[in-house]
Amino acid sequence: MRWRSTLLGGIAFLVAATAPWFAPNWFVSLMTIAFANALVVLGLVIMWRAGLVSFGQALYYCVGAYTVALLGRWAGITEVFVTVLLGGLAAGLVAWVLGFLLARYREIFFAMLSLAFSMILYGVLVKTERLGSTDGFSVINPTFLGYAPHSQMLLISLYWLVLAICATSALLVGAYFRSVAGALAVPIRDNEIRVEFLGVSVNRLIHIKLVIAGVLGGFGGALAALTIGHVDPNMAYWTTSGGFVFVTVLAGAGSVAAAFVGSLVFEIVRSFAFAILPGFWQLILGSVLLLTILFLPEGLGSIVKRLRRRRETAAP
Amino acid sequence: MTAILSVRDLEKTFGSVVAARDITLDVPPDQTVGIIGANGAGKTTFVNMITGHLRPSKGAISFEGQDITGRPSREITRLGISRSFQIAQIFPSLTVFENMSAATAIARAPVGFFGYATAPVESPQTVAEADAAIELFRITRYRDALASTLPQGVRKLLDIAMAVAGSPRVLLLDEPTSGISIEEKFDLMDVVMSALKSRRITVLFVEHDMEIVERFADRVLAFSDGTVIADGPPAAALADARVQELISGTKRAAAAQAPAHA
Repeated sequence: MRWRSTLLGGIAFLVAATAPWFAPNWFVSLMTIAFANALVVLGLVIMWRAGLVSFGQALYYCVGAYTVALLGRWAGITEVFVTVLLGGLAAGLVAWVLGFLLARYREIFFAMLSLAFSMILYGVLVKTERLGSTDGFSVINPTFLGYAPHSQMLLISLYWLVLAICATSALLVGAYFRSVAGALAVPIRDNEIRVEFLGVSVNRLIHIKLVIAGVLGGFGGALAALTIGHVDPNMAYWTTSGGFVFVTVLAGAGSVAAAFVGSLVFEIVRSFAFAILPGFWQLILGSVLLLTILFLPEGLGSIVKRLRRRRETAAP
Repeated sequence: MTAILSVRDLEKTFGSVVAARDITLDVPPDQTVGIIGANGAGKTTFVNMITGHLRPSKGAISFEGQDITGRPSREITRLGISRSFQIAQIFPSLTVFENMSAATAIARAPVGFFGYATAPVESPQTVAEADAAIELFRITRYRDALASTLPQGVRKLLDIAMAVAGSPRVLLLDEPTSGISIEEKFDLMDVVMSALKSRRITVLFVEHDMEIVERFADRVLAFSDGTVIADGPPAAALADARVQELISGTKRAAAAQAPAHA
């Protein structure tokens, strides 16, 4: 089971890595954004497993994005391996500090409090003229270990960077899910009292989940900022958070891979919906979400599980 | 013999209500203590204070000579005092095996983030240990059933099995037989007590059925109005005039059914 999913993941990674040779530019660009956003979704999946839904994940996304943009603008640092890493760490630091409060809350209170924090950042950014208030500002073109690509090479370099970070994150989060700390998500959702009386601090476990999700959100935002080439306060707005929750519902919390597939499906549906019905693309997205909830309540990831179960029952 | 658990002048008040007062006692290792008393007599308050669920208003609790008064429950669990609950505290959306292996994996993992993040939840050792515990508590036929679908007695056994996963020295059982039919009570207690004896665990159990107390306890603590009114071997403690009054006064139905204990 485990080696098979690792193998499948490896093949998917190789296919994705060769995409620039056969896929059109617009699709490579779409995949870059989709996979960058998938990191944020992966963070939401970690929390979702423990029964927590954050409606403020855009906070970490925005912190990661602005960190990258400001490092270029104020410090002249454009090296991606530095800026993206710092973007993730800055978001993780914010998550760690806020976690002392957030980790005490559950359910709707947790969702609303996380939403409130992201809206505070949004409000601050909108009022800060030095950072371009509602317009935001553009991100200086990045360098890759000194190499400064342009146009198509920049697109492909960023795509590979996103893939590499996604693959590393997927492996680490997969290992986390198999560890005691990660596997205790369902027990926490089910019965906190029992977890405490087995000798583990539930709040501390949740705090760790928040920090991991924050770091992933920061990486996602940092990579998105580089890909779009621009940051603005909308990255912290609640609709951005809502979009990530949307993808999480679409993907389901069943597996690590689901976050990436779900995010890609979401971007594809959104692009086509926009191309076909520019005025009503949200209607199509909404219908897709409704159908997912009705027919695949555990998300796209559960399709694999269903097929496997069907094959098992079909076998003699 | 030195006591494994010592309690001195324990008191718990909720505003003007005194839930427990003047509780002083020592429990030597390997003893099985039955705790009796009417509803509201302070039995569960006593259990909650020892396991860190409630902080005592006054007094001291020590375990193996170490002061544990007011420590959080997870620390007390780690030290070696575990408990089960009147309403079984299990993980309903996991199977019996997954419940047990979660408890086993926690017990085996080194404490702290890096311990929990590096210890695998399903290693050959945790699987073997979880299965051994399921066997010990005779719930093997429910191994792969979802915990939410279990009959009441199996829930109780699973709850106790999970409490034992961390190899406690002292185990407190809060009404292990509540919600269980009279016919099944003795079987359940037989399974539990022989499992606990094989692990040399000191047991304190809260119980309403005097026949069960007489059969399984080495010592009886009778609670009334938040304090201990009788403490001794079952025959002596249950013969105490105030305990007799308590039993006949509050458990009229039980007394009518069961033969007199005097």
